[in-house]
Amino acid sequence: MFEYLLFSLLNTLVLGMLFFMLSSGLTLIFSMMGVLNFAHASFYMLGAYFGYQISAVFGFGPALLLAPLAVGVLGALVERYGLRSVHKYGHVAELLFTVGLAFIIEEAVNLIWGRNAVTYPVPNFLDFSLFTLFTTSFSAYRAFMLLISVGIFAGVYLVLTRTRIGLIIQASLTHPQGVSALGHNVPAVFMLVFGGGSALAGLAGVIGGIFLITEPAMAATLGPIVFVVIVVGGMGSLTGALVASLLLAAIQTFAVGIDVSLGDIFARIGFQMSPGGLLKDLWRIKISHTGPILPYLFMVLMLMFRPKGLMGKRES
Amino acid sequence: MLLFMRRYGIWLAAVIVCVVLPYIFTSRLSLTLFCQMGIALIFALSYNMLLGQGGMLSFGHAVFYGIGGFLAMHALNKISGGTLPLPIELLPLVGGLGGLAAGIVFGWLSTERSGTTFALISLGIGELIAASALMLPSFFGGEEGISANRMVQTTLTGFRFGKQIEVYFLIAFWAIVSAALMYLHTKTPLGRVANAVRDNPERAAFIGYNTRAVRTLQFSLSAFFAGIAGGLFAINYEIITAETVGALASGSVLMMTYVGGVGHFFGPILGAILVTFMQVSLAGITHAWLLYFGLLFVGMVLWAPTGMAGIIMMHEPVWKAGLMKRLLPSYLLIALPSLVMFVGVMILVEINYHLSLSINPEAALQLFGIRFKAQSPVAWSTAILLAAIGFVFFRAAKRKVSRSWDEVTQTMKGGAV
Repeated sequence: MFEYLLFSLLNTLVLGMLFFMLSSGLTLIFSMMGVLNFAHASFYMLGAYFGYQISAVFGFGPALLLAPLAVGVLGALVERYGLRSVHKYGHVAELLFTVGLAFIIEEAVNLIWGRNAVTYPVPNFLDFSLFTLFTTSFSAYRAFMLLISVGIFAGVYLVLTRTRIGLIIQASLTHPQGVSALGHNVPAVFMLVFGGGSALAGLAGVIGGIFLITEPAMAATLGPIVFVVIVVGGMGSLTGALVASLLLAAIQTFAVGIDVSLGDIFARIGFQMSPGGLLKDLWRIKISHTGPILPYLFMVLMLMFRPKGLMGKRES
Repeated sequence: MLLFMRRYGIWLAAVIVCVVLPYIFTSRLSLTLFCQMGIALIFALSYNMLLGQGGMLSFGHAVFYGIGGFLAMHALNKISGGTLPLPIELLPLVGGLGGLAAGIVFGWLSTERSGTTFALISLGIGELIAASALMLPSFFGGEEGISANRMVQTTLTGFRFGKQIEVYFLIAFWAIVSAALMYLHTKTPLGRVANAVRDNPERAAFIGYNTRAVRTLQFSLSAFFAGIAGGLFAINYEIITAETVGALASGSVLMMTYVGGVGHFFGPILGAILVTFMQVSLAGITHAWLLYFGLLFVGMVLWAPTGMAGIIMMHEPVWKAGLMKRLLPSYLLIALPSLVMFVGVMILVEINYHLSLSINPEAALQLFGIRFKAQSPVAWSTAILLAAIGFVFFRAAKRKVSRSWDEVTQTMKGGAV
């Protein structure tokens, strides 16, 4: 039991910090521009594929640096020449632009790298088991992921709270006109944040592509989860995004280990549910199988009862 | 008589077109295409009740389409089993009522706020249903879905639905009835209030309307028609899988409706017809059709956010003023570089698909009757050059188009004074 708890906790941290790297950029972009960026997970996918390609040629080290940079530049270009020109048609058009972009990126990835998953292996120098406790071992690569993502979290936090540009960004989250009146170039700040957020997503892709899987469907699988994170955490709140990332990772990691069904729970408290009809499977679903639906259930409930999210200051 | 024709002529024309169409295009392929178009048309129109009329951007509309389809499929199995005495012609109503019931529940849950919150709730509900579809195999049929046989004893019309054309007439009937009902709905007080709630919810609430109730009503009615489309889907294909409720179906109805144009009633009809046609015809020609579709969609968002219907209606006053001939030269001027740019991009796309997805990338591929190797640098540079030249001239021609538009609007204003 202790072993299960400890390793679930460690895996929660690894997965949660990966979620956070993705959602931190998205939540900043959303609260600044009011745009739900559906292409954010696509930048994550591009990061993974760029990382795969660069590490196949130059090795993992350069990939870790170059791939996020390339994705960041791409993101900045998308903001400058795409989003900014649809801005005048309103939020729906902006949102649909990102939907279309996600669609195109997925097809372009199909086009260039094929429809099947690519083999993107753990780099050699990280391919060993860091420690073994009882019977389970913890790989060095997971520790490395954890290290990188905690470093990124610290870096983003410091930049946003301790530097001048961070303060300008924070101010433009809520008062873009005021910041503009003070003589700062707000559109450039938007571009910077969009590019930076995309670069973070790209970095998450470089390390997450190895950890999870690198395939054309990876954006569509992770994209909605990231939305759940920013909704639950509260739009625009970095701390909220961190808490929600860990929470969701915990739900997904721990649910796998619980082998109880809804019918069992009702039986425990005295209701014997008689299976029958078209929905008879409902009572037989084990908690361990609900991993894919729990985040969405959580998000819908959150939006209905507390649309601000856990730590958000305002409603969307 | 003239008034009658002006008011109902377009509907009469629609009925005549629907009846005549299968006798002009008699091939099996075109018949299945028309059936798909009819279903897509109802679905897209129902989606526009949300997005266009109610201002609710939904990412989970396929939930109601799918639920309607699955319920209809179960009902169809009961009919052929003899336990449900319902004529098959009324089966779409089962789907519709199922959609309506689901729409009332989910609509009430999600419509307290509109805008981003609504969009996210609809996304969440869509993903929730899609993910649970595989967990509830007795309703959603698991991986292989549910199938049924539509040739049953209980019919009203004497059709046995063994021939595709009989199915076509059923779909055409329901498409026209649904379209007419949805059109009439836009004229009802509810339809008007839905517009008001879309444009200014605060003010509508101050006048005394319960915005949530209005949105819920609009949402449930839209889900009803989506369910009818789902029921027709069940009859047409005789098999339905969990994919029908998925994000892809929700996304494609959104794109259809938007490409057609959300601002006008007939927009989604155009969108459904065009996109279904593209789906069927392009998918047969090239594997890259989804990419072309995505490019078309993004192009529409960037340059023509009013959709096809918007573009058409933009020209109505120009047409009435008899000034179309002033616009045409600039249109011809922009058509040429667009074509060149498109051909360039297309060659690039096809070369890449050939390299990454075909069985033997070394084999020559054929485009426009020319056979060449995908690795050849000549092909690559030609494609890039074409795209670049096209783009440069496209931008120049775009300025020309907007200039002639300015002139035309100036003349029209001058004429009015």
